Amino acid sequence: MDKVAINLTVNGRNRQALVPPRMLLSDFIRHELELPGTHVGCEHGVCGSCNVLVDGKAVRSCLMFAVQTDGARIGTIEGMGADGSLHPIQEAFWEEHGLQCGFCTPGMLVAATELLAEKPDPSEEEIREAISGNLCRCTGYEFIIKAIRSAAQKLREGNGAAQTESA
Amino acid sequence: MNIQSKPPVAAQKLDAETRIVGHDHVHDSASRHVRGQAVYIDDMPDLPGTLHCAPVLSNVAHGKILNIDFDKARASEGVVDVLLASDIPGKNEVAPIFADEPFLAEGKVEHVGQIVGLVVADTLAHALQAARKVVVDIEELTPCFDEAEAFEAQSRTLPDQHLKRGDAQQAIEAAARRLTGRVKMGGQDHFYLEAHTAHAFPGEAGDMTVWSSTQHPTEVQVHVAMLLGVKSHKVDVKCRRMGGAFGGKESQATIIAGLAALAAHATGQPCRFRMRRDDDMAATGKRHGYTINYDVGFDETGRIHGLKVEALAHSGHVADLTGPVIARTLTHLDNCYHIEHADFLGFAAKTNTVSNTAFRGFGGPQGMVAIEAIIDDIARSLGRDAQDIRAANYYGAETGSETPYGQSVFVGDELAHDNPLRNVIERVTSNARWDEKRTQIEAFNAKRGVLRKGLAMMPVKFGISFNLTTLNQGGALVHVYMDGSVHLNHGGTEMGQGLNTKVAQVVAEVFGIPLGDVQITPSDTGKVPNTSATAASSGSDLNGMAAFNAASEIKARMLDVACEHFDAMPSDIDFRDGQVVCGDRSISFGTLAKYCWMKRISLSAEGFYATPKIHWDGKTMKGRPFFYFTYGAAVAEVVIDTLTGENRCLSVDIVQDCGKSLNPVIDLGQIEGAFVQGMGWLTCEELWWDEKGRLRTVGPSTYKIPGSRDVPPVFNVELLENRPNPEETVYRSKAVGEPPLMLSIAVWLALRDAVSSLSGHRLAAALDAPATPERVLFAVEDMKERAGELI
Repeated sequence: MDKVAINLTVNGRNRQALVPPRMLLSDFIRHELELPGTHVGCEHGVCGSCNVLVDGKAVRSCLMFAVQTDGARIGTIEGMGADGSLHPIQEAFWEEHGLQCGFCTPGMLVAATELLAEKPDPSEEEIREAISGNLCRCTGYEFIIKAIRSAAQKLREGNGAAQTESA
Repeated sequence: MNIQSKPPVAAQKLDAETRIVGHDHVHDSASRHVRGQAVYIDDMPDLPGTLHCAPVLSNVAHGKILNIDFDKARASEGVVDVLLASDIPGKNEVAPIFADEPFLAEGKVEHVGQIVGLVVADTLAHALQAARKVVVDIEELTPCFDEAEAFEAQSRTLPDQHLKRGDAQQAIEAAARRLTGRVKMGGQDHFYLEAHTAHAFPGEAGDMTVWSSTQHPTEVQVHVAMLLGVKSHKVDVKCRRMGGAFGGKESQATIIAGLAALAAHATGQPCRFRMRRDDDMAATGKRHGYTINYDVGFDETGRIHGLKVEALAHSGHVADLTGPVIARTLTHLDNCYHIEHADFLGFAAKTNTVSNTAFRGFGGPQGMVAIEAIIDDIARSLGRDAQDIRAANYYGAETGSETPYGQSVFVGDELAHDNPLRNVIERVTSNARWDEKRTQIEAFNAKRGVLRKGLAMMPVKFGISFNLTTLNQGGALVHVYMDGSVHLNHGGTEMGQGLNTKVAQVVAEVFGIPLGDVQITPSDTGKVPNTSATAASSGSDLNGMAAFNAASEIKARMLDVACEHFDAMPSDIDFRDGQVVCGDRSISFGTLAKYCWMKRISLSAEGFYATPKIHWDGKTMKGRPFFYFTYGAAVAEVVIDTLTGENRCLSVDIVQDCGKSLNPVIDLGQIEGAFVQGMGWLTCEELWWDEKGRLRTVGPSTYKIPGSRDVPPVFNVELLENRPNPEETVYRSKAVGEPPLMLSIAVWLALRDAVSSLSGHRLAAALDAPATPERVLFAVEDMKERAGELI
């Protein structure tokens, strides 16, 4: 089948590509755009490791075709933070030990980004709900929840100046 | 205290006040993980000419391979090669212990998902496409899927193991009370988020470099060499990090790495092999399910007089690590209880399912589930609280302190003055406000509503060391550079558990330099050879101590130079905060390193460590297999819906003994993660095979691992304070990786308690594991039937 031309914004940068119609967004991001921070875990839309932001919404990049993102704004983990500094959510996950093996971390950060954009002061229940589509096999989630609380506080206190395209 | 380990390990150094060890430090890769810059093997960029592999899997559980037709696959777009067993230049052998497991099926298949061949193509999509075009013609034979059925047929993958003390049969017959029963528990998929991956690079003169997501680089090296028919020195295996492993990458990673190396060897090009999740779950091993039959004799106080157990392990089609897994089951069937007359049989049931393998706890959890179920059954039969039965049987002065395999449980004056088992139990029951909770739950259940609550306490004693004494060795390589920065390599692997961070802390502590000055480098068989798997919770015990030895050796040499420089005695010189201090004079650590170089003093050392005091006779199953025990206890409260079987863990309190923790925050993370993983095994994770032996739960959509809302909303964890390890471990710490997983048995016991409450606790719940809503509902229905009127 013929390749399709797409034009999109990835982490604030305009990208144009010719993609096979059935190429998954996750493969496009990892292999064509060479942004391997988006991880592929279960390959059928359950674990959330491959979450990216598409027009501000967290989506499973393993369940979307690259062609569907024509004209969209994509945010991946590599686009968080600015000029080498960490985004407050990244900072919180780092400081609060919100990870162990780290494989689920980029997807968790994307889920947390979407949550905190909508709810600056989420309750613990809302945090649990927001990351319920993201599996972590290492932590038991406690430190992740703590990290998201801390991130929310950082953002509310205005440490969140480093907003980027992905946020 | 008797010091058996050789210098430079000196007790006073391990007991010294520490500045870096013993404090919270973030995971060494955390800053890269949050940026998506921590590189996993599948993230490594392709070299030109990189090829991709896809496996051809058997869709028959048991049969004779009549023919493999790969013509269509070969002609498929992008295909470079199709590899079968006959293409292996060396030995087709991947078994970690016994020689019974092929890389690629040869002549027969023994489970659905067994790897029969490998397609190598220019892209992963092309490889996967072509793999489907391989036609394997199989004459089907009768399969066996059940461990009890295999026991009946006496079909095993390795000889039985038998742990005996006294005369159990006689003691059971002579006892006032006797119970027989059966406990069944399922297996568990590791569900590491990063599926199995390897990337092989052929070098010159037959060299092969393999990046493998493995807990055991040495085993990969040895087997790749055997597979390719070369010596080990031709193969270098590396691993910077894994995206989770949990035992699943101890022996199983070798299969993937070996096949990637075979493809690289055959094509002369770099080859990647990343398992798709569904292939990974179908083709690689899991935790052993068990059927455990018991016969127990006890008295009116609940004191166990004799216990006979048949532990039937669901081995799968080959032995793999089933032997040592069973050994750990048998040596943990006692848990915290003194059993004078014991007769524990371990049977490795050969089944036509994927080979079961290492999984956090390694057979220990299954043994503990069994003994706790027995305690629970005894309690109900006597109409008493299970806590009373536990208390009647704990290791102690009144019962006994020697395990059935002959190891003394207590060290020094622990029994008399500071019983660690009592400490964790008293602490956790007090933290959880046990009595108050028990009263509240009874009042709640007395309302006779649809919802019923349950409560249970789970004590854990877990032996630390590999059962097989040989494996208890660690290695490290440390270089100090002329600017005072340090290169660290050790024989362990990083799977998220924070091992690299802990070992780096040890090295920074010895040198008195900032943690950031220690550079952690990928595990590499070319740097530290002949390593053991990073397993058995022993990673920091073994490699931390090896790194301690290496750094101490370099420091001793540097100290000589410093003495000369300051014209002082060694006792006058202190290494701290990146400085080498002598009274009011000081030089930087880097300056001293430079001085050493100028004086032609070596700034590099390898460190080695062999765990002292341990010995084990696998034939008689006697000895002192464990350097020490670690203790923990948990209290869990649950609620069940008696109309649907739906259930929740409402709260958990945990107290865990980590000795003098190397890094308390990392240990907390290990405890919470292990507990939740164990809870998954016992409540919601169900492996389900159909009548043809096909695993139908090959992804998280059907195989339910705990999510953020499944974790108890009240989750209190405490490290037992002021408990340095009485044995000379690295800075008196204790291992933490596996033990807390078994604390989750509290949840399963609390579910049994909730079901049992329907009979006024007269009857034991007929509830196996995992206690899925379906099983809870069946247990409730069964209880209604047996109890007559519900309470």
